[in-house]
Amino acid sequence: MKRLRSAVELEQLRVKILSQRKPEKPCISICGGTGCHAYGCEDVAKALKNEIKRQGLSKQVELKVTGCHGFCERGPLMVLQPRKIFYQRVNPSDASEIIAETVMKGNIIERLLYIDPVSEERAQSEEDVPFYKRQQRLVFGNNGLIDPTNIEDYLAIGGYSALSQVLFNMQPEEVIEEIKRSDLRGRGGGGFPTGSKWESCRNAPSPDRIRYVICNADEGDPGAYMDRSLLEGNPNSVIEGMIIGAYAVGAHNGYVYVRLEYPLALKNLGIALGQAREHGFLSQNILGSGFDFDIKISRGGGAFICGESTALMASLEGRVGEPRPKHIHTALQGLYGKPTNLNNVETWANVPLIINRGADWYSQIGTEGSKGTKIFSLVGKINNTGLVEVPMGITLREIIYGIGGGIPHGKKFKAIQTGGPSGGCLPESLINLPVDFDRLTEAGSMMGSGGMIVMDEGTCMVDIARYFVRFLTEESCGKCAPCREGLDRMLDILTDITEGKGKEGDIALLEELGSIIKEASLCALGGTAPNPVLSTIRYFRDEYEAHIRERRCPAGVCKELITFNIDAEKCTGCLVCARECPQGAISGKKKEPHIIDQEKCIKCGLCHDVCKFDAVIIL
Amino acid sequence: MNHYEKVKTIVDKYDASHDSVIAILQDVQSEYHYLPEHALRAVASQLGLPLIQVCGVATFFKAFSLKPRGEHTVMVCLGTACHVRGAPAVLDEVRRQLGVEPGNTTDDMRFTLETVNCLGACALGPILVVDDEYQGQMSSRKVKKVLNRYKKTPKDVRHEEIAVSS
Repeated sequence: MKRLRSAVELEQLRVKILSQRKPEKPCISICGGTGCHAYGCEDVAKALKNEIKRQGLSKQVELKVTGCHGFCERGPLMVLQPRKIFYQRVNPSDASEIIAETVMKGNIIERLLYIDPVSEERAQSEEDVPFYKRQQRLVFGNNGLIDPTNIEDYLAIGGYSALSQVLFNMQPEEVIEEIKRSDLRGRGGGGFPTGSKWESCRNAPSPDRIRYVICNADEGDPGAYMDRSLLEGNPNSVIEGMIIGAYAVGAHNGYVYVRLEYPLALKNLGIALGQAREHGFLSQNILGSGFDFDIKISRGGGAFICGESTALMASLEGRVGEPRPKHIHTALQGLYGKPTNLNNVETWANVPLIINRGADWYSQIGTEGSKGTKIFSLVGKINNTGLVEVPMGITLREIIYGIGGGIPHGKKFKAIQTGGPSGGCLPESLINLPVDFDRLTEAGSMMGSGGMIVMDEGTCMVDIARYFVRFLTEESCGKCAPCREGLDRMLDILTDITEGKGKEGDIALLEELGSIIKEASLCALGGTAPNPVLSTIRYFRDEYEAHIRERRCPAGVCKELITFNIDAEKCTGCLVCARECPQGAISGKKKEPHIIDQEKCIKCGLCHDVCKFDAVIIL
Repeated sequence: MNHYEKVKTIVDKYDASHDSVIAILQDVQSEYHYLPEHALRAVASQLGLPLIQVCGVATFFKAFSLKPRGEHTVMVCLGTACHVRGAPAVLDEVRRQLGVEPGNTTDDMRFTLETVNCLGACALGPILVVDDEYQGQMSSRKVKKVLNRYKKTPKDVRHEEIAVSS
């Protein structure tokens, strides 16, 4: 491939790519995201490939493994173009039928369609599925259309046109102005206005004119995986955003700091960078504009704290990932002491969109203080697990029930946790809350990177608070005392409460500790660490009190406070639990109700799991 | 090639640059599956860095292990979604079955038990990953069966078996 040397050459290439493509040609797009991978989509793809070959259709039918389509719950997923037929839970054994029936004859295979559990109607295309219908997939929607390892797919949907627009028709200041007018705010957690950040970086003095841009892909919040899916599924959109940002702030070197646990993202990003370089979108004299910029990948070392900007930069410099006080922002003195602009993956991916469609269009979407869309990962006790992109301002109810399809097994919704370990738990009374940066913060939680973990009546809120504090205690870098020592003490108190050793005054002590840790910690990890505790105390105080005063876990989760018992009415005496019990704690004759010896029971819950008659009850 | 030279090849790949300590250690670890003391010493002397600085990085980041690792890595995801769906019970059962705590390796060097704070495959939670194979919708009941598969057979035979059974 010859490097492109002008905007005209880029458009000529695009025309050429499009002319070679026939929109009416059958194309099977298989979701290759991590979720579908785990479900075995690779075997499905292999089976389809073999089948296409066997039926001698290699020239007539195209097969494409794309990035994540979002509806992880129903994987492996596929969309058959041109009719956009949506199949889910596909098995390798379905391959020959899919080719012979759907691709060749146009017949729909009913059993592979999604059935809406509410209306019981079959959905033929993605748009008919309520999970997709209620979304606005501006940033994430292209994932299903492109093969991330083929830059031509990205070019075919208009890729790098924003870059060409910026390089040849806009001054850096105009680019910054456009981003400022769009009111784009950082998607990584802080919600800082992106345009202002770029402006500070551009205006920061740098005698040797060295500046850096960084993409933060150290997505560490448990339950959030939209950044990974963007990098895996559409890496070029992130790269294009970064080049535009680099042009705006005047940087010639960029880094993407990727979490080590994301091997597929590392691979696809590496391929995309190579292809972008070959095509002349990176390295020297980009598109013949005279602007130089290149990007390096840095693999993280597996530390949550490295999602914090100063810790990330320390790690990039080869040092231990400890944060520093931010009296001076990284936009002024960041990596190697130079002005550095750091944005998160999703923020970068929004940039080409804003340039292409304009700040006026973009700022019409969303609410007063939060513009555009946001990708959330909707996980936990929810029917439709997956990644959803919705306009800011949508209510929690719409997300949980409209898109998420409600709570499984007819259980009752209890809370939704947003913002990862820095966020909080919101109760059912706030279900009509519009989701944007400011509303979530007011409610005692935060947007964070966009994890939404749904909890039902079987989730203990004290246990959840302890879970997050344990997480943060392990991930605290240990540099400052309030975070290191304070979180340790909080964990002690919470552990005591969950083990039935809670004392009167513990709640007040947690609140006091929490407010001090918030105030006195060095970085945002400590500064937000007490949120899961404070928000659960705020909304679920009665549960804390039940643990402390009555030595009771209302949700039936905390091991030390529960016992497993057998309901003699329901027990059929099938002996399954007795056979499975690792302690030999269950006795009883065949066809007679069994009994659990509480002395021997270690509360592993195996009997509860194996009983088909719901006869094992938690008291 | 002796150990010192092996490390040198890696260090040279990064032009012996101090910024690349983490990347160098990652490559050293893929070579040895852990970071042996002699390799840490070699990295420090070849980069001209104090050993304490290299050790600081090696002990700060979770990706590094200073202890030899087992033949199989069993990883239990403790992300929030897996947690609310019962990951703690799964971890307890794996612990009981293997007889080791997270971060440790069984005496026969067959299994290393680890935990991870979210793999982003939340739809499948609770998840257990053995080597690179995802085992979704785990429960304490299924743990024994999954581990037994890896206990009995050597790696390559097991792959074939799984392919046949699925």
